Amino acid sequence: MTALALAKQLKAHFGDWLSEPIEFRGEVTLLVSDMERISQVCVFAKTQLGFDYLVDITSIDNYGEDPRFTLVYHLYGYQHLRYLRLKSHISEEKSEVPTVTGVWRTADWHEREIYDMMGVRFRGHPDLRRILMWEGYPYFPLRKDFPLAGKSSEMPEVAFSAPAPMAGGPFVTIAGGKDTISREPRVRIPETDALEMNARVQRRDDIKEAHGRAHGPGPVEPKN
Amino acid sequence: MGRDPWNLKTKMPEIREIEFQDAATRTLEPKASMPAVEPSSEGADLPSEKMVLNMGPSHPATHGVLRIVLELDGEIITKAVPDIGFLHRGDEKLAENMTYTQFIPYTDRLDYLAPLANNVAYVLAVEKLMGIDKQLPPRCQFIRVMCCELARISSHLLGLGSFGMDVGALTVFLHTFTEREKIYNLCESLTGARFTTSYTRIGGLSRDLPAGWVEQCRKFCNEVVRNIEETETLLSRNRIFVDRTRGLGVISKEDAIDYGLSGPNLRGSGVEHDLRKTQPYLVYEQFDFDVPVGSVGDCYDRYLVRIEEMRQSVRILHQCLDRLPSGPVNVQDSKVVLPPKDRVLTRMEELIHHFINVTQGVNAPPGEVYFPHENPKGELGFYINSKGGGTPYRLKIRSPSFVNLSILSKLLPGHMVSDIVAILGSFDFVMGECDR
Repeated sequence: MTALALAKQLKAHFGDWLSEPIEFRGEVTLLVSDMERISQVCVFAKTQLGFDYLVDITSIDNYGEDPRFTLVYHLYGYQHLRYLRLKSHISEEKSEVPTVTGVWRTADWHEREIYDMMGVRFRGHPDLRRILMWEGYPYFPLRKDFPLAGKSSEMPEVAFSAPAPMAGGPFVTIAGGKDTISREPRVRIPETDALEMNARVQRRDDIKEAHGRAHGPGPVEPKN
Repeated sequence: MGRDPWNLKTKMPEIREIEFQDAATRTLEPKASMPAVEPSSEGADLPSEKMVLNMGPSHPATHGVLRIVLELDGEIITKAVPDIGFLHRGDEKLAENMTYTQFIPYTDRLDYLAPLANNVAYVLAVEKLMGIDKQLPPRCQFIRVMCCELARISSHLLGLGSFGMDVGALTVFLHTFTEREKIYNLCESLTGARFTTSYTRIGGLSRDLPAGWVEQCRKFCNEVVRNIEETETLLSRNRIFVDRTRGLGVISKEDAIDYGLSGPNLRGSGVEHDLRKTQPYLVYEQFDFDVPVGSVGDCYDRYLVRIEEMRQSVRILHQCLDRLPSGPVNVQDSKVVLPPKDRVLTRMEELIHHFINVTQGVNAPPGEVYFPHENPKGELGFYINSKGGGTPYRLKIRSPSFVNLSILSKLLPGHMVSDIVAILGSFDFVMGECDR
């Protein structure tokens, strides 16, 4: 049975909840109109259509559009060897979708990763914590409004009793510093971070004073 | 003669024959050390306190930076919480900010034990999006298959070597690394780099095979078969190795599928599924090879599957070398592949193509594709969401190590602390790929 035929069976069962199957490069995609139905659709796909393997769950940030987030589920069946993609949208205000950990247990880590990277919460997830970033990290780094250069966070500085031998020396790169910008023009510095950056340059200057050396670039101008 | 300085003749220790069953006929017999979650009856009234032990992130058996928080009752694990992310570099974020071609070097650093296979997987995904995967010249496809199989052998040699080392057989490690060195030599003459290969390009390869490479590779194939034999004689009937791996870390077929395992770990549990067979890409359909599967799903089965997979890879390599076609290695389309330098410098049109290709990247159509690839560690998938142009809007890397490790919290409880190294060794994961 082809992936398209399987998608049509799914569509026949759920009717208006699903869009017509879209085919691109031999892959079939179904759009689930209401995110709340996703777990029901998944249960049916697994039990009735033999999609016993959840390959992956991914999230997309459609920044500037509404609904903002799209979740993408890749299903596969070991009996019929076909892939199927399910997609559904969720708005930023809601940012909460039902979990599918009850259908496939592999969804556990995939959902944790989406929560970590995109900030979409999963209702009913047994252990929704950050997985790649550390506990307490305040941002969601894969969102489109998160800058590539990163943002400063409230991580406490490592406490040194004395500066390291080469601290502030010629080989130290400050993220977003002038030397970095000249090497990599694509680096982005949001305005809010310029203060933090200058504070770091200041701190480095303090270290220099303590050592009586002068190296490296000066303060940074905010770049828009 | 007649002298016996070490007094050997007086008392020879009795050599016991260890019973060895073929993988296909083995069944799971309960092991004394395994199902001991509930405390034994005589110790039940003794007050016992559970201990929390932190394993990793810097631990020789975690092969990178995996941290596992263990809750122990004596030596028995009652709870295990894996903690990952120590090697997170934000590859997916980086991919959104560069052209498709610029991302190829980043794929080297995913599964850094098989960079060639990652290169191939990534460009195949982009080519699928561009719709040029059917136009690849045969020579390019054959060379890519050889890259994948060399990467598989290299990865499995390391996996087995370090697995053996973890459970106390250091010789194996030295043995397999001798052979890996030869693969690195082959990589160097092929790509110019031993480790970070970045060999493939969208629509082809960075360069053709160098002179004499085919002979070198054939020589290597003959040598590695002998090495695999020797590795097997060192481990497969090794009393210590068998005792430490058999019946441990058993994953049932259902659990393997439910937790989304892939690659040798899935096949070790008896699921006969290999993307090279079920979703054939490149020219894998033309080759004759078998897919080994385990019967029990324990650490020993996963070891056996890897040993056999290397032999099958050598088989594919031999067939590739015998049938290697001649011809170009790149798609004949200047809008995808950089045109030859002499034409760039003499013709206007080629100059424009070169300029656009380098500055803006290949012009991919809007759409989305998922391409699964049978990597040494399992199913490496690239999901690309494109809004058109030379940069992906979203690129998701479905890494096998990430998914394979998620079963640990289910698998480890009930085992002894010392079994962790055997189980982790048999999983053969890479944190660079897990954390991305």
